[in-house]
Amino acid sequence: LVIDSMASSMLSLGSTSLLPREINKDKLKLGTSGSNPFLKAKCFSRVTMSVAVKPSRFEGITMAPPDPILGVSEAFKADTNELKLNLGVGAYRTEELQPYVLNVVKKAENLMLERGDNKEYLPIEGLAAFNKTTAELLFGAGHPVIKEQKVATIQGLSGTGSLRLAAALIERYFAGAKVLISAPTWGNHKNIFNDAKVPWSEYRYYDPKTIGLDFEGMIADIKEAPEGSFILLHGCAHNPTGIDPTPEQWVKIADVIQEKNHIPFFDVAYQGFASGSLDEDAASVRLFAERGMEFFVAQSYSKNLGLYAERIGAINVVCSSADAATRVKSQLKRIARPMYSNPPVHGARIVANVVGDAAMFNEWKAEMEMMAGRIKTVRQQLYDSLVSKDKSGKDWSFILKQIGMFSFTGLNKAQSDNMTDKWHVYMTKDGRISLAGLSMAKCEYLADAIIDSYHNALLYWETPIEL
Amino acid sequence: MKTNDFSSSSSPSDRRIGALLRHLTAGTDADRVSSVFASPTSGVAGGSVFAHLVQAPEDAILGVTIAYNKDPSPIKLNLGVGAYRTEEGKPLVLNVVRKAEQQLINDRFISLSLWVEFWSRIKEYLPIVGLVEFNKLSAKLILGADSPAIRENRVTTVECLSGTGSLRVGGEFLARHYHQKTIYIPQPTWGNHPKIFTLAGLSVKTYRYYDPSTRGLNFQGLLEDLGAAPQGSIVLLHACAHNPTGVDPTLEQWEQIRKLMRSKGLMPFFDSAYQGFASGSLDTDAKPIRMFVADGGELLVAQSYAKNMGLYGERVGALSIVCKAADVAGRVESQLKLVIRPMYSNPPIHGASIVAVILRDRNLFNEWTLELKAMADRIISMRKQLFEALRARGTPGDWTHIIKQIGMFTFTGLNPTQVSYMTKEYHIYMTSDGRISMAGLSSKTVPHLADAIHAVVTKAL
Repeated sequence: LVIDSMASSMLSLGSTSLLPREINKDKLKLGTSGSNPFLKAKCFSRVTMSVAVKPSRFEGITMAPPDPILGVSEAFKADTNELKLNLGVGAYRTEELQPYVLNVVKKAENLMLERGDNKEYLPIEGLAAFNKTTAELLFGAGHPVIKEQKVATIQGLSGTGSLRLAAALIERYFAGAKVLISAPTWGNHKNIFNDAKVPWSEYRYYDPKTIGLDFEGMIADIKEAPEGSFILLHGCAHNPTGIDPTPEQWVKIADVIQEKNHIPFFDVAYQGFASGSLDEDAASVRLFAERGMEFFVAQSYSKNLGLYAERIGAINVVCSSADAATRVKSQLKRIARPMYSNPPVHGARIVANVVGDAAMFNEWKAEMEMMAGRIKTVRQQLYDSLVSKDKSGKDWSFILKQIGMFSFTGLNKAQSDNMTDKWHVYMTKDGRISLAGLSMAKCEYLADAIIDSYHNALLYWETPIEL
Repeated sequence: MKTNDFSSSSSPSDRRIGALLRHLTAGTDADRVSSVFASPTSGVAGGSVFAHLVQAPEDAILGVTIAYNKDPSPIKLNLGVGAYRTEEGKPLVLNVVRKAEQQLINDRFISLSLWVEFWSRIKEYLPIVGLVEFNKLSAKLILGADSPAIRENRVTTVECLSGTGSLRVGGEFLARHYHQKTIYIPQPTWGNHPKIFTLAGLSVKTYRYYDPSTRGLNFQGLLEDLGAAPQGSIVLLHACAHNPTGVDPTLEQWEQIRKLMRSKGLMPFFDSAYQGFASGSLDTDAKPIRMFVADGGELLVAQSYAKNMGLYGERVGALSIVCKAADVAGRVESQLKLVIRPMYSNPPIHGASIVAVILRDRNLFNEWTLELKAMADRIISMRKQLFEALRARGTPGDWTHIIKQIGMFTFTGLNPTQVSYMTKEYHIYMTSDGRISMAGLSSKTVPHLADAIHAVVTKAL
């Protein structure tokens, strides 16, 4: 089932809006089937207008399936049980399970308003100060690829938008080339490449037997791909599994990619958020840069700066020459212009201001360490609770080995259903839980739920699995 | 055309390849160079996988500003992009916008504890369809608060990235779900229109619109071309203040257009980028759209808040689709989400929040209408001044179109050669089709522009 990391706060058509004012009286019907026949009659009473009797031009359109994460959040909202827990959310929550706006972000916004910045169109490629900053954060300020101007950087609409620009470039200039994505991966990756009309296939990644990385399978599948394929890699904190290659494994991945003249394509949505360190989380990307390879990197500031709704990110293309980078940048602009003309200024300014000021930059790093730290602490607490409560001898250490916002529990659909139906714990059916939505206070309860689901919840035709 | 210069590479194998390529290729043909490689992506050692990408030219409209910025002349004038400037030639952030931003930051809007929870979530992902309150207010703004379509829940509105984003999402939706894949756009139209719709998957045709001999509307040609369009074709209509010509149909002409289009089942797709900016009245500028809604038929409308709220860089807009029935609107909305999700997931919150704060507050809304009228009036005044300046100089030709045309732009009627001359000799920057942005003029700079126009018209260029 397709998973995506969107926050639970994404609301459906028929649910209440973000504004409490609307909660009790919203008659917004969109999404509800079966319109009021009285209203329909009213519509047809306009007999004088011949158009009224003609059917809708959109009559044949079917209702699209709801977004998988949305269903989770809606069900959570509808649940009245006081023990309920929403672990579908791909957005950071505090220990009190509240959303969190970073202090540096508030400071930056105050500064921006005081300064009276204008709202003129950005260039198609976005805010220059942001583009410079984001590339430096990714590669390190003094890095040769930056000094030698070999990186084409375009501000994009967060991770999704940046991935889409790159996908469109691939479709246009690398006709027939395929993208390999991990099995599993973030659910929206497939949608992006499908809509961009770029063919894709999967490389083995998650091993359910070990609840770890199927490294041999991954290497074999990358090796087998036609020469010059694009390989989509998660820079750190793999979504949805939380399982990252070790530094040694990254070296081998780089080797096989170079061997086959593949083009790496990094999705970096959690820089600084995974380990707490911006530099550590960029190690995989920098390793590839050291090799002199040409590759793509999509960045997002949704999580690490908590700027989710501002849609701020970037696509970086590392090229072998400054000339190539100039040309690539010009072609990326040609793709952005008929899509949205130029990107939104607000989030870009926030990032540029925060990183551009030494004090705010340090404060950001501290807040990021705090967020990553809370998640690590919660992981430990969950692990401790599981180990102390579960007497079966099952190895729960995968929880500590995984990194980032998510944990792939290894629970199957029946077990995940049990989590929800019996324990009111909301998660995606592939067994992914968002630790960002877990508090220390709830760890024991969650441990009980997981242990029960593992041992007792079965599809009726299944035999118990020896754990 | 650029190719990899292997001969200057430090790698010996590169230099051998370079020699080989020079041997094989007569000139610097990038396409032939790239065909040497095994596959589009597998780079030969030291070669770039991007070797076959050429430098794209700058965007025609946005490139004007780039060229302007490079010009060191102190008397330069930017009449390229349609961005409003004050009499002092400065960008303008509306007072109501500043007030709205202050509210958003200060949380002063909160009175109930419920609101506190909302505002602390101010950076959480919006739904795919965007800020719901913004969507409802935008639909009311363009269709009228008492619109039957809204009352009957037949409208779906999704927040998009300004006008461009709304047009693109609407175009993609039509390309996937509408039975007719051709869109007719006026000749001429905004330069980005054909690109947007082509990439959305539609095929683009034109209908006659501008008559150079009258510098007005070629109404007969328009009716003929739309009359000849296949049943059900999509037709792009500028709601008001046609870009680039500034020539709008009269209400009587709109009524004829409506009748013709409905009789042929043509699907209207309105581009509304200047509501309130054209005449100074929000309702007046929305009239053509409301005429089409009033007959109970279906249509699409792309709204932009770039100009009328001065929110250019925030990228705020909305796509509304008026359907025959509420359940259809619901299904349409679900399909719009499938277009948006793989493009950028969900839209940016900041600009939409500003709009929502202003539109929902009676005082701020009224204040906005006054600021809007002031901008529209200044532009009308620039038109008069330019017209007078040309008359005073005795510039040959009929220049009444300057005061007849509506909105931000004037289609001067100057040709690319004349435009080029004006840029070189007078440092006046504009698009090569002769379009000038009146919003970029001031009383101080009108004489300079009038001199330039006078010069090119009297010269034998």
